[in-house]
Amino acid sequence: MEDYELFNRNTQAIIYGFQRNPIQRMLDFDFVSKREKHSVAAIIRPTQTAAISYHKVFFGNKEIVIPIYKTLDLAMKKHPNAEVMINFASFRSSFQTSKEALESDTIRTVVIIAEGIPERQSRVLIKIAEERKKNIIGPATVGGIVAGAFKIGNTAGTLENIILSKLYRPGSVGFVSKSGGLSNEMNFMISQTTDGVYEGIAIGGDRYPGSRLIDHLMRYEVNPKIKLLVVLGEIGGTDEYAIVDALKNGKITKPIVVWVTGTAAKILPKGLQFGHAGAMADSSKETADAKNRALREAGAIVPDSYEDLDKEIKKTFDKLKQDGKIQPVEDFEPPSVPLDFNTAVRLGKIRRPTDVVVTISDDRGDVPTFAGVGLDTIIRNKKSIGYVIGLLWFKRELPDFGQEFIEMVIKLTADHGPAVSGAHNAIITARAGKDLMSSLASGILTIGPRFGGAISNAAKYFREALLKGMTPLEFMGYMKDVVQINIPGIGHRIKSVQNPDVRVQLLKEFVLNNFEKHPHLDYALEVEKLTTSKRNNLILNVDGCIGITFLDLLENLDFTKEEIEDVIHSEALNGLFVLGRSIGMMGHVFDQKRQRAGLFRQPWDEILFTE
Amino acid sequence: MAQKNIYEYDAKKLIASELPKYYQDFNYHNKLVVIDCETDLEKTVSDNSWMNTEKVVVKPDQLFGKRGKANLLLLDANCDEMKDFCYNNLDRVCEIGNVRGALKRLLVEPFIPHEKEYYVSITTERDGDIIHFSFEGGIFVEENWDKVIHIPIPIGTDITLFDLEGKMPDLGESKNILIPFIKGLYQVFVDQDFAFLEINPFAITQDDKVVPLDVKARLDDTAMFLHANTWGNPSNPIEFPAAFGQIMSEKEAYIRELDEKTGASLKLKVLNPSGRVWTMVAGGGASVIYTDTIVDLGYGDELGNYGEYSGNPSREHTEIYAQTIIDLMTEPDPAGRSKYLIIGGGIANFTDVKATFTGIVSAIKNSVEKLKKAKVKIYVRRGGPNEKQGLELMEQVGKETGIPIEVYDRFTHMTRVVDLIKKAEETGGA
Repeated sequence: MEDYELFNRNTQAIIYGFQRNPIQRMLDFDFVSKREKHSVAAIIRPTQTAAISYHKVFFGNKEIVIPIYKTLDLAMKKHPNAEVMINFASFRSSFQTSKEALESDTIRTVVIIAEGIPERQSRVLIKIAEERKKNIIGPATVGGIVAGAFKIGNTAGTLENIILSKLYRPGSVGFVSKSGGLSNEMNFMISQTTDGVYEGIAIGGDRYPGSRLIDHLMRYEVNPKIKLLVVLGEIGGTDEYAIVDALKNGKITKPIVVWVTGTAAKILPKGLQFGHAGAMADSSKETADAKNRALREAGAIVPDSYEDLDKEIKKTFDKLKQDGKIQPVEDFEPPSVPLDFNTAVRLGKIRRPTDVVVTISDDRGDVPTFAGVGLDTIIRNKKSIGYVIGLLWFKRELPDFGQEFIEMVIKLTADHGPAVSGAHNAIITARAGKDLMSSLASGILTIGPRFGGAISNAAKYFREALLKGMTPLEFMGYMKDVVQINIPGIGHRIKSVQNPDVRVQLLKEFVLNNFEKHPHLDYALEVEKLTTSKRNNLILNVDGCIGITFLDLLENLDFTKEEIEDVIHSEALNGLFVLGRSIGMMGHVFDQKRQRAGLFRQPWDEILFTE
Repeated sequence: MAQKNIYEYDAKKLIASELPKYYQDFNYHNKLVVIDCETDLEKTVSDNSWMNTEKVVVKPDQLFGKRGKANLLLLDANCDEMKDFCYNNLDRVCEIGNVRGALKRLLVEPFIPHEKEYYVSITTERDGDIIHFSFEGGIFVEENWDKVIHIPIPIGTDITLFDLEGKMPDLGESKNILIPFIKGLYQVFVDQDFAFLEINPFAITQDDKVVPLDVKARLDDTAMFLHANTWGNPSNPIEFPAAFGQIMSEKEAYIRELDEKTGASLKLKVLNPSGRVWTMVAGGGASVIYTDTIVDLGYGDELGNYGEYSGNPSREHTEIYAQTIIDLMTEPDPAGRSKYLIIGGGIANFTDVKATFTGIVSAIKNSVEKLKKAKVKIYVRRGGPNEKQGLELMEQVGKETGIPIEVYDRFTHMTRVVDLIKKAEETGGA
């Protein structure tokens, strides 16, 4: 690379800060400029844990990855060819990271995007850059562009603008401004009045920019590809006088069109921040009028107002062309970049089917809703857990008796002591040092045909019997001869007719008092009469009672027969048991963990070893 | 964000708290009292007994200098004289350097008898700072500017190792006071991110104490985050007052508050509340050019505001900003003439034109009656990401509401809309 160049078609940059949009825009620019290799070598993301991760981007149609490093140091080691760092760090941390880059051996140019860097910190960076022959662009800038070669971050915006302003191939104009915002306006103005921009840099609006207008003009002056210089200066500071001096002592020989903005400051109140941080005239010498006058006197082409800037640029360029000083530009049709998916959707150009249909909740608004009811309403109106389960499981506001029934079931199933399979497994897993989730899962996973299964099986067979119109006696025979299992939900190890289970009594009582109809319970009680006549412990047990009364609950809600089928098919009944029992199993896990209970090992004397 | 003036009171307090770290012999009296229109003078005097027992100095503390020449400096006064001065001057409107404003704030401190007045100031340049020093301080320092010596201190200099004495004139006996004082002062200047500091004059008392008499200072407010322990304390930050005679209106203060809360930039200054040309321009650079052009074309007197929004503000913030400007400009002109709102800007790099314009469009829709009553014509010119959709929104809102809105894209020169206003005015406004 020549000394007068900061960037060319091979420039590789490290981006400090994980900035998706600017990075993709740089690669899009690279693609339409037909660069061989894209310009972003690496990204720095100090907040990541991994030393190296990867970011997917598009280079044209092709998806590629760019490495993301935790530290600048490693990025520089891995990418010694990267000469540019574009620093998106905030004003709080930009100084440290810019300093590190300037003090490195591989980075030659640092672009500082952040606005609001303390002036003293900027001046320290300037000193380091001067000592180490490095370049700074910024702070407080969008950066700059070398047409058809390299684009800094967000400069020149979107692809559409790059094409409209013909920035994908070089013209003959070297442009420099203070304002980053206006640099893009100027890119377009220059593309409309000349053969286009060769290089355009925005030095930033601070009082102490890392590089000054003159620094870039001197580079343009010696760059043989640049034929015309355009400058947009600003009120405040004395940097424009360096241009006056360079014109006077012959250091700038190329035609130069300049306008210094801020001529209106004379009518504005003193002390008003007019535009950028550096834009405050401390003396009459720093006013826009004085600078425009001095530049005109020194031989620059200075229009009467900004209104005429485009005309002066065009006039000056046309003259250069007449004099045969402009080589025709090799224009080409830039390759087209496919639309981004999101952009295309926004523009209504494409549509895409969704993957999932959800009917129970929505968290996109201000407040999440459950079956259309706002969470805030639920809390404010002190709705019960049974109500919430109604919304999320059945998409309905359950009547009070329904809510109460569900909560009663949860309470009844919450725990059944440490010896049952689920709790036992949860305890053993917790004592093996596993986490809550694993311990709970281990317990839940035992729920099935034999453990907890009586509830859903009771519901299944009693429902079938009732639907088929079997008499209780026929049902008993059917279970014995055809299905060949004991009737689920009937029988208890200890409890009997004489020693009834209080849980069953409470549940029966509630259903008989609160449900308008209870055909399943009535039927089960008929069955129970027959079974207890055979043996007095063949009573309707709590599992069976839950399963059967749940069917009765559904009969009392506004469900159609088909909807009841859906509820049973969806395993809602298992859900009730899992939900209830999880409370107890978690309790057992907490209990073991609190005690720091050690690993469980079954004693040999509980095992019969045999051949 | 830039260099900001601070009150003399705050400057002295900051020096008083920081200078002893570097210049242990600095033994400042720290007797400083601000009197404003709300102050209970009797109570203040009883809380600060020195005001009764010592002779005092009273002067305005409102960012303007040459107070002696303006006859606003009370020296060597007793308590009653001090009170009289306060009663006579507080809230009094006077003219300072062509600016009219009310005296709102007086500073009272002990009168220090002295013979000699010294001058010291520190300024910043790109490659270093400059210490300016003179034996001939006081109100005639400008007349005696040739006697001021200027000592450049390159960035990064360790001032404690710097041969300051070699650069100074023969200081005689006061050398042992002046050298450590100035070195200490420079360290405070660097440490606290001052952008400008002028002590004119300071005195050396008979017991060899340095006393700053008048102080002017600017801080670099971007460095606030580095000074949470002193002037940048987030719960009690130093005040950056507006220049004398500049009062920040409620609406301006509101926008400033919004600006401080977001990463984007929102600026607003009302220049002429009854002006007929108002601007809502995107970008610091473009806003200056629009203002220039409006003045160039002869509408400086009619310019209602200066301001800008930039840095990709959210839709909501843009709406609030637009609504504020619309509210300010929709008091109908007494003579029934048209008003003009320029919604302008260059071709943005990354500010989303559609998103920001969506905010502006909501503000317009909320203000249809107001805008019509005040006969507001709107001129739009803008480019950048999603420019087509953004400009379409503006076209549509014009059609829907019947408010005259002319919309121009990047192919129209950025400030040509100002020309169009001129043409509209010349053909009768209406």
